[in-house]
Amino acid sequence: MAKFKKDGKKETPAISTASLPDIVFMLLFFFMVATTMREVSLMVSNAMPQATQTVKLEKKSLVSNIYIGKPTDAYQGAYGTEPRIQLNDRFATLQELGAFIAAEREARKEEDRNSITNNLKVDRNVTMGIVTDIKQELRKANSLRVNYGSVKKAK
Amino acid sequence: MPKKTPEINASSTADIAFLLLAFFLATTTMNVDSGLYRRLPPYQPDNTEAPKYAKRNILQILVNRDNQISINGDIADVSTLKDRTIEFILNPNNSEELPQKEIKTIELFGPVEVSKGIVSLKSDKGTSYEMYIAVQDQLTAAYNELRNMKSNEKWGKNFDQLTQEQQDAVKLVIPMQISEAEPTNIGGKK
Repeated sequence: MAKFKKDGKKETPAISTASLPDIVFMLLFFFMVATTMREVSLMVSNAMPQATQTVKLEKKSLVSNIYIGKPTDAYQGAYGTEPRIQLNDRFATLQELGAFIAAEREARKEEDRNSITNNLKVDRNVTMGIVTDIKQELRKANSLRVNYGSVKKAK
Repeated sequence: MPKKTPEINASSTADIAFLLLAFFLATTTMNVDSGLYRRLPPYQPDNTEAPKYAKRNILQILVNRDNQISINGDIADVSTLKDRTIEFILNPNNSEELPQKEIKTIELFGPVEVSKGIVSLKSDKGTSYEMYIAVQDQLTAAYNELRNMKSNEKWGKNFDQLTQEQQDAVKLVIPMQISEAEPTNIGGKK
């Protein structure tokens, strides 16, 4: 009679983890490429208003950010609660805006200088006075492309 | 026979990679900046006189410091603004009250009627930015809808599915004419 021979105990081989580093590295590279580090630390409150018709800002390198809002708690002692302008890492006055625009232009390649978009990141509780002043300064500096930063609202 | 160098234990590369991965995961901000794009008009010295337009060609929107809106003098709600703007630009019945149209020859379209309508937006220094964006949003929505309408009529596609050339043509047929007047300072607030 034929006998089906059974091997007593057959252990399942351990799953090889040799490719685990490769998989993790792949993920790592994805995040490294997709990451944009926040280049400035916010000193003003920045809850942006909502809008339905927002468009994405393309070409990050051609965007210069202007933050407007109430200073955060840490800075209220020194700067008060009136809305202020933040450029890069410090508070700025309206008069400094022209120099900022010039510096932003200087930092770009010559052929890109006229396509810089000013991204106005304005807190929703700010009143229009300061925003209009800034728009006026931008017009004087002949930097006319403006994006009113807002968050996409679900319809 | 030379002694073989023992193989380096590579089992910890996974841990190192995980550590890096965790760091990048934590620091990543994926949010893309978005917003409403506008082009400001070039700067003009104060003494230049504003061009005059016929009354019927202007849709006047005022936003006061209490965030109330008036359209051509009547108090209105933001939600009606989009339809008012669309009606204003289209002028479907060629009414005497609504803007004139002029025939222009535009590439890809040939001679078409282009509305002479201009939206004039005036806000107060005390107007909240949120309200201002809500108004701008409604105006953008109106123009986007008009452009979609035109694109569908001509090519049966939405505006954002057209080629760059076609989009430029549609933009000429329905130009976004939003003029912003200097804000008033009635409220005295800053």
